[in-house]
Amino acid sequence: MIRFENVSVQFEQRRVLDDISLTLTEKRIAVVGANGSGKSTFVRLLNGLQTATSGTVTVDDFNPAKDGRKLRRHVGFVFQNPDNQIVYPVVEEDLAFGLKALKLPKDEVHRRIDEILARYDLTDFKTHPSHLLSGGQKQLLAISGVLVMNPRYVIFDEPTTLLDLRNRNRVERAIAKLDQTVITVSHDLDLIADYDRVLVFDQGKIALDDTPANALSKYREMMA
Amino acid sequence: MIAGLYIDGTSPLHRAGAGIKILAMIALGTGVFLIPDWPVVTGILATVLAFYPLCGFGPSVIWAQVKPIFWLLLIFFAVQLWLNDWQAGLLVVTRVAAIVLFASLVTLTTKTSAMLASLERAMGPLRPLGVNPEKVSLAISMVLRFIPVIATVASEIRDAQRARGLDKSILAMVVPLIIRTLKMADDVADAIEARSFDSDEPAH
Repeated sequence: MIRFENVSVQFEQRRVLDDISLTLTEKRIAVVGANGSGKSTFVRLLNGLQTATSGTVTVDDFNPAKDGRKLRRHVGFVFQNPDNQIVYPVVEEDLAFGLKALKLPKDEVHRRIDEILARYDLTDFKTHPSHLLSGGQKQLLAISGVLVMNPRYVIFDEPTTLLDLRNRNRVERAIAKLDQTVITVSHDLDLIADYDRVLVFDQGKIALDDTPANALSKYREMMA
Repeated sequence: MIAGLYIDGTSPLHRAGAGIKILAMIALGTGVFLIPDWPVVTGILATVLAFYPLCGFGPSVIWAQVKPIFWLLLIFFAVQLWLNDWQAGLLVVTRVAAIVLFASLVTLTTKTSAMLASLERAMGPLRPLGVNPEKVSLAISMVLRFIPVIATVASEIRDAQRARGLDKSILAMVVPLIIRTLKMADDVADAIEARSFDSDEPAH
């Protein structure tokens, strides 16, 4: 369970999030809003990439401000641009990067890497230079790099923005099949149409908090 | 360096330990400069070249390693020919070619992770002096990883500026490249943190 209690974030003179209080228990949660509305800051609070200026964030038993390192193994984060998330020059080496922190036996590391590569049809690219993958394959590798850690929650920050339609659909199917709780920030409203709950951010506040059917039609009117 | 990134295989050189290959590279790099006879150095170069087919690499792979330094080798040879004689030119060219081709062979047959693990082990004793082997290893892997990414960014910027008729302006190329690289550095730092990298905890 994720709980926000009177959370505000301020960057110098600008209040990016303003007194947010809510509890999230659903499996699929979408976060939408205009650029600069505070949605990315909201999700960055969940794994301690950002700390609150005031108020408290709780993710299960973790406080991101205090337990950042432990929490990041519990809450995975997939960024918009996979090129900024893939750290190692070879596919399997990049997948092993996050697993180093878990200090697993070598056999388990290899088992997890093989399993995740097979899941996303990347087995043939195991020893491939990561910079030579297609855009869609890079995004799937970035997702794999997070899922190989077996996190409880996965945050996607605009995961389909840089993809063509075929790869966007592949990523959508990949997200749909996840057992984890998923929190997706997106401007791609079709991607989140089947989610359980939609939070619409506007000027640092939650303007709408509803089902996709209700929230997205009102959001479209807001943005018209 | 990018041309020489790892190519999968099962040859004896692929299976050899990264540490041994790095030591061999240091020994060869030092050795060829201590040997003053061009026929001996040419023999060493021929031996290095013979390893390529043994590791499953054809002429195109060899050419990919030599191509970036081809003109440099020609200049070295010409300068030596002008200052000394053709034997001196051949000695310099074969020395440089042997070192570059052997170093490429090591990177072609060694996974970056294996190379970096050896480096981390070698740097372990420096830990009390404040050296953090995990951070050094991550920095090297990121250099290898991001050279092609930054090259792609530079190419995108060049195309964009060309489309605006600014292809002669160095500033129009350099300023956006620096800004995008700095922004990318911020995003990469976030991603590394999000992926649980902890340089204070030894990974091995």
